[in-house]
Amino acid sequence: MSAAPPPAPLPVPLGTPATGRTWRKPGFVENAWLRWGILLVLAAYLIYASAAVDLNVARMLRGLPRARDFLLQMFPPDFSRWDLLYTGVLESLQMAVFSTAIGSVLSIPIAIGAATNVAPRPIYLLCRGWISISRTFPEVIIAIFFVKAFGFGPFSGVLTLIVASTGFVGKMLAEDIEDIDNGQVEAIEATGAGWSKMLLYAVFPQVMPRLVGLVVYRLDINLRESTIIGIVGAGGIGGALFNSFLRYEYDFSLAILLVIIALVLVAEWASGVIRERIT
Amino acid sequence: MLRVENLVKVYPSGKTALHGCTLRLDGSDVLFVIGPSGSGKSTFIRCINRLVEPTEGQVFLDGVELTGLKRAGLRRQRRFMGMIFQEYNLVERLTVMENVLSGRLGYVSFTQAILRRFPQRDIDDAFQLLDRVGLTGYENHRADALSGGQRQRVGIARALIQHPKILLVDEPTSSLDPKTSRSIMRLIAELSKEHQLPAIINIHDVSLAQAFADRIVGLADGRIVFDGDPDKVNAATLSAIYGEEDWSKTIAHADEDNGNNNDNEAATAPADAAGVAG
Amino acid sequence: MNAAPHHDWRRHTRKQTLRRFAIELAIAMAVVWAATGLDIYWPFLWDAPPTVLDLARRMLPPDWSFFDNIVPPMIETVNIATLGTILAVFMAFPVAVISARNTTPNAATYWLGRLIVVSSRSVNELVWGLIMVVFFGPGALAGVAAIALRSVGFTAKLLAEAIEEIDRGQVEAIEASGASRPLVFLYGIVPQIMPAFWGVTVFRWDINIRQSSVIGLVGAGGIGIVLNSAMNLFRWDQVTVILIAIFAVVLVSETVSAALRAKYT
Repeated sequence: MSAAPPPAPLPVPLGTPATGRTWRKPGFVENAWLRWGILLVLAAYLIYASAAVDLNVARMLRGLPRARDFLLQMFPPDFSRWDLLYTGVLESLQMAVFSTAIGSVLSIPIAIGAATNVAPRPIYLLCRGWISISRTFPEVIIAIFFVKAFGFGPFSGVLTLIVASTGFVGKMLAEDIEDIDNGQVEAIEATGAGWSKMLLYAVFPQVMPRLVGLVVYRLDINLRESTIIGIVGAGGIGGALFNSFLRYEYDFSLAILLVIIALVLVAEWASGVIRERIT
Repeated sequence: MLRVENLVKVYPSGKTALHGCTLRLDGSDVLFVIGPSGSGKSTFIRCINRLVEPTEGQVFLDGVELTGLKRAGLRRQRRFMGMIFQEYNLVERLTVMENVLSGRLGYVSFTQAILRRFPQRDIDDAFQLLDRVGLTGYENHRADALSGGQRQRVGIARALIQHPKILLVDEPTSSLDPKTSRSIMRLIAELSKEHQLPAIINIHDVSLAQAFADRIVGLADGRIVFDGDPDKVNAATLSAIYGEEDWSKTIAHADEDNGNNNDNEAATAPADAAGVAG
Repeated sequence: MNAAPHHDWRRHTRKQTLRRFAIELAIAMAVVWAATGLDIYWPFLWDAPPTVLDLARRMLPPDWSFFDNIVPPMIETVNIATLGTILAVFMAFPVAVISARNTTPNAATYWLGRLIVVSSRSVNELVWGLIMVVFFGPGALAGVAAIALRSVGFTAKLLAEAIEEIDRGQVEAIEASGASRPLVFLYGIVPQIMPAFWGVTVFRWDINIRQSSVIGLVGAGGIGIVLNSAMNLFRWDQVTVILIAIFAVVLVSETVSAALRAKYT
């Protein structure tokens, strides 16, 4: 193949002659000063922040040999203490199942209270406040809090997961209740039914399928979290994982991690399949 | 100029879209390919620049066999074939100018492309073309803010800025209303003459084809069943291409060349020109 | 004539009832199994309300004089989240390209991409934190690395989905002009995924603000370190201040993220 011919001007001159007009892509902000100002501020922030967290190549490079040693010590994974692994995983699983059950039951009144269309104003604010607090804090912070209050062990973990579940399921369910078809509510109220019967006949039938989906989804999340909160002492396999790091038993750490990853993937897959089938 | 020899395309599904098509195109003829949906028009045009890989047969452009080329060689030859699409295929979130200049991507470096620093010659060309297709002052509009007709004009400019040796045009008007269709088709035909560019245009609107064609090829079920002058198209040839139907009205409209009503019919019920008679 | 279908219909209902009952029984048994299996001394539950009340008494009023001490670690938390997100986005881009079916070069790269996504996503940021502290020592750098590694999978997964959903026609048009592969990517694909890119980035940043308040618990920098020490010293009035600060920052980031996404995507 010969090289491409030089880009000739168009074979036949078009209506107007070449004007020599230049063109630049318009910037994301019309005003050039403002545009450069924004870029400058961003660049300055990046430099400041990188310096503040000591993000530099030299330190990264110093980490490399340690990373290599770590990886070498990790392999092969050590499954010899499978009984410890087994009890940890079992505890995580039990924590997840139990707290999902209790959390879901508790989240129903909270969701009703947090739905504008069915709850009176003071109750609404109270329930919304609870949801917003329990959703804002990561599970681990709630866990460390309960561990300090109630001591180490699965009890704190279960409480943590219950609180987090009420926030999650409560919020989603409240949104579903707010989205229901109001015609059905009116129809039931028109029969002379009171507030509780209205809930029973007009609201629950509409949100029930969604609630089941949410509970299954939350079970998946709780299982994930139950493998982690042990790091701060709230029960489950996370405790064993944390200890293995403290004792530099990285091959055991890898074994635990692999089991956690497998568990998380299976839970995610199963929860996806179940939710697909019920909706 | 362009020579297509015995082109065959079998899709992985087993469907044979082209059963050995042979064609020669010289000079600056505007060739319209007509045929019903699924007759292989789109496959035929895409096999020429190998957006669809032909199963058998050869395509030659100025003596270069496109069908035997490896990726780099093919890319080089694609620069010489400007393509215009049915759905315009503009990069929706880029400006009109960037879309037009994207026709020069075969010539510029990665750095030029990412910084949008195209050679001044390309920018001159782009402005000229935008003026010519009637989009003066639109260079910094985003493509998704344009109407269908305007988008197709950008598509035409993008194809022409490649300095192509040939235009490949795939159903350029089937997403447009009849009036816009006509002006777009006229623009393509005029530009083809101005630039001495041969063009292959897929279309299912028979009367539009007859109005602007130098030559018409009829495709039915992957076979070329007609190849000749537009005025040689008659009821018998249309029956061979589309199937039996009363074609007298379709042809009459085309002869009068005021076929607005027919255009309308074709635009709303594409691929079924037969509908006119019914 | 009428009796037979009526009979059939009833049998079917009974079957459904049985099925429902079986599922409910299974769930009940699972919950009982979980409750009895857990190493919890249940009467302890009765002590819970007084304990919580006692705790609440110690937490209030908040010790606002402590506020000055938490400003620098709070800023560090935001820095960790922001830098971690930026790093993650840079790493996620190539991963997304190889884990999208329509841009991955071959099957091997596709599965490599999937593997990176899965391992990044299924390891918690605290665990990434533990590992990064081993690599870089305690401090914010380990936090940035942990947040980045944890976010790569999420970001790459969503970006890959955006790449898989692009309009093929726009890509075809660029290919037809004879552009090379990188240029086809740059002009045909990148503009189409930009809205998803910004949306995912801002969304992940919002999540990361929350997560980086935690990683201090394993020594990876940020407000978590201060929270941990205040709790170890049983300074509950200081804990309250820290929790309020975290709450406020998370709320602000959530609002900013929602506003940005509503405006630009």
